[in-house]
Amino acid sequence: MTENSERRVISVIVVNEASVLSRITDLFSGRGYNITSLTVAPIPDSKYSRLTIATSGSVRVIEQITKQLHKLIPVLRVYEHADLVEKEMAMVKFPITENLSDINTLCEAYNGKIVNVGENVIIAMVADEPKRVENFLKVIKRYNPKEIVRSGAVALER
Amino acid sequence: MQISGAQMVIEALTLEGVDTVFGYPGGAIMNVYDEIYKQDKFQHILNRHEQAAVHAAEGYAKASGKVGVAMITSGPGFTNAVTGLADAYMDSIPLVVISGQVPMSLIGTDAFQEIDAVGISRSCTKHNYLVTDAKDLPRILKEAFYIAASGRPGPVHVDIPKDVTAQIAEFDYSQPVKLETYKPHTKGNPRQIKKAIEAMADSKRPLFYLGGGIINANAAYEVRELVHKTGIPAVETFMARGVLAHDDEHLIGMLGMHGSYAANMAMSETDLVIALGARFDDRVTGKLSEFAKNAAVIHVDIDPASISKLVNADFPIVGDVKNVVNEMLEISSKIDASKFESWRETINNFDDLHPLTYHEDSEKLKPQWVIERVGELLGDDANISTDVGQHQMWTAQFYPFSRPRQFISSGGLGTMGFGFPAALGVKAAAPQQTSVNFTGDGSILMNCQELMTAVEKKLPVINIILNNNYLGMVRQWQTLFYDKRHSETDLSVQPDFVKLSEAFGGIGYRVSTKEEFDAALKDAVEKNVVAFIEVIVHRLENVMPMVPSGGSLFNMMLLEKKEK
Repeated sequence: MTENSERRVISVIVVNEASVLSRITDLFSGRGYNITSLTVAPIPDSKYSRLTIATSGSVRVIEQITKQLHKLIPVLRVYEHADLVEKEMAMVKFPITENLSDINTLCEAYNGKIVNVGENVIIAMVADEPKRVENFLKVIKRYNPKEIVRSGAVALER
Repeated sequence: MQISGAQMVIEALTLEGVDTVFGYPGGAIMNVYDEIYKQDKFQHILNRHEQAAVHAAEGYAKASGKVGVAMITSGPGFTNAVTGLADAYMDSIPLVVISGQVPMSLIGTDAFQEIDAVGISRSCTKHNYLVTDAKDLPRILKEAFYIAASGRPGPVHVDIPKDVTAQIAEFDYSQPVKLETYKPHTKGNPRQIKKAIEAMADSKRPLFYLGGGIINANAAYEVRELVHKTGIPAVETFMARGVLAHDDEHLIGMLGMHGSYAANMAMSETDLVIALGARFDDRVTGKLSEFAKNAAVIHVDIDPASISKLVNADFPIVGDVKNVVNEMLEISSKIDASKFESWRETINNFDDLHPLTYHEDSEKLKPQWVIERVGELLGDDANISTDVGQHQMWTAQFYPFSRPRQFISSGGLGTMGFGFPAALGVKAAAPQQTSVNFTGDGSILMNCQELMTAVEKKLPVINIILNNNYLGMVRQWQTLFYDKRHSETDLSVQPDFVKLSEAFGGIGYRVSTKEEFDAALKDAVEKNVVAFIEVIVHRLENVMPMVPSGGSLFNMMLLEKKEK
């Protein structure tokens, strides 16, 4: 299919039970869909967990993904978000010899700060929209980041 | 009541009304087999291979409409059964397959006969369970039966570690199934149904596209009524054979890769496709962009994911096809049945132009003749199973099916070796009817050990081996598309099929004339023991007509006209 492929965020509410995550990821790999990022955590005071999956595909593929997800027995609900607030976190390790005030200022511009200072390295974190996080990671390249970790996106419908 | 996990399995199967279990014992499932030994609530049929046990359960389920049950051990017992699970998954057959597993304490240690069974079955079952505590077993088994049979049916796999089958816990089967996350949508939207009926009334060249879902939903007789009331012609998929009787004047025939010219042309010319329980499989549609190009689409299916998956539906209706068709019947008087007479006339002309037929040969029997002949001699009385290949397509094309659940075959997965064990399951479910398995010289060897099961359990399946000494369907493709390079498809080296059957205690015939065939079939029906009837047929016969893979339905390779 040559239809336009676009990035979508899908939230899935599932029963907290053994192997539920592999049911979801098996479905994606088995049917040839992409997972760009995936986050999972329990929903407080319930027997459910919420998965946020960033994926891409044509309108038809995205429709199939949501339908196939819904067919899985432990899946309670599938939201294919149109209008959403989306955030992602990233943590970056810098050598302590870098310009810390520059790094701190940059972090603040991306809803973040320096969260840990050690003898040789500092750890900074930011939390922002995935696109902005990407931008942040580009900008800080000049400060010789030693390690970068991204959390994957979480999203709520407006 | 406090009982062991193994006893719970017996109790649950009994309460589910199971009368037949197919299976094969082994180490991890021994506790359950010990309880099977002690009970007389259901019969256990010992197949001689786990794959065959699952296929037999499939045949049983398809013929009876009930959930089929198979039981196997861990490790190789389970992996052998995977083909059966996949087959049932593709064809939406309700099964509960129970496997043993190594004890909980050994899981993950690469123990003897350990394999991650639920990890393997996840992608080829509707749902699966690893039972970790006997107290969950009643709930899980009850859910398994419910999930297998409801919505779009399918196989459910329950993996039980050996120590769980020994564990004592409370058994209470009276709790209703509570699955908040699984609620199949069975009632179609009335507004959509009304719109669909209006579209049918307004259309000029509508066409029913009938699928196997109609048989699963036990809706064939309702569909027959709808077809007759509306006067709209119908094509059937391979899986839907028998929904309409073969002599129904509204039935054009089977469509798809080996469908009839008239059926495929009707699909190409229609302005409204009415899909009932069909899923637009690639073997049905041919080239998607050319499929029913000028038609609007009504699609009724219980599985929302089947709707607009491949062909966009203008009138999507999610629901049980029986409910939806019943609702359609209530308002179908809006449709003027006489309106479609000229459309039916057009279709009849297609059929006159290229009827579904074959040319007789003076020297060798034609496989199509054998199938037609069985139809003449046994007709409605026989249930027909097949293996996979040319014989399967000829059976779908030429057998005069007259009722749903008469035709049992592996459609989606296309599993060679399916036919014989499935026919055993069919015979177990419908002992009054003759169970015939059309097979080929390739397929029959893939589960021929089932001769032993048939002899032991007195399941007199008649296997008609259409022997062309070729892996015929692959040979046909090699002839047509690989410049006749018959790579590894020449099966000239063969066992003596007569002796093979006899070695197990069955009977065998080798025939090469019409008279011999008639006599052999008559004798096999009378003798009432498992039989191999090996029919020497024309070696190079092709299944025709044919839509080459990826081609359009209206571009068929046709049977060459015989010079007169």
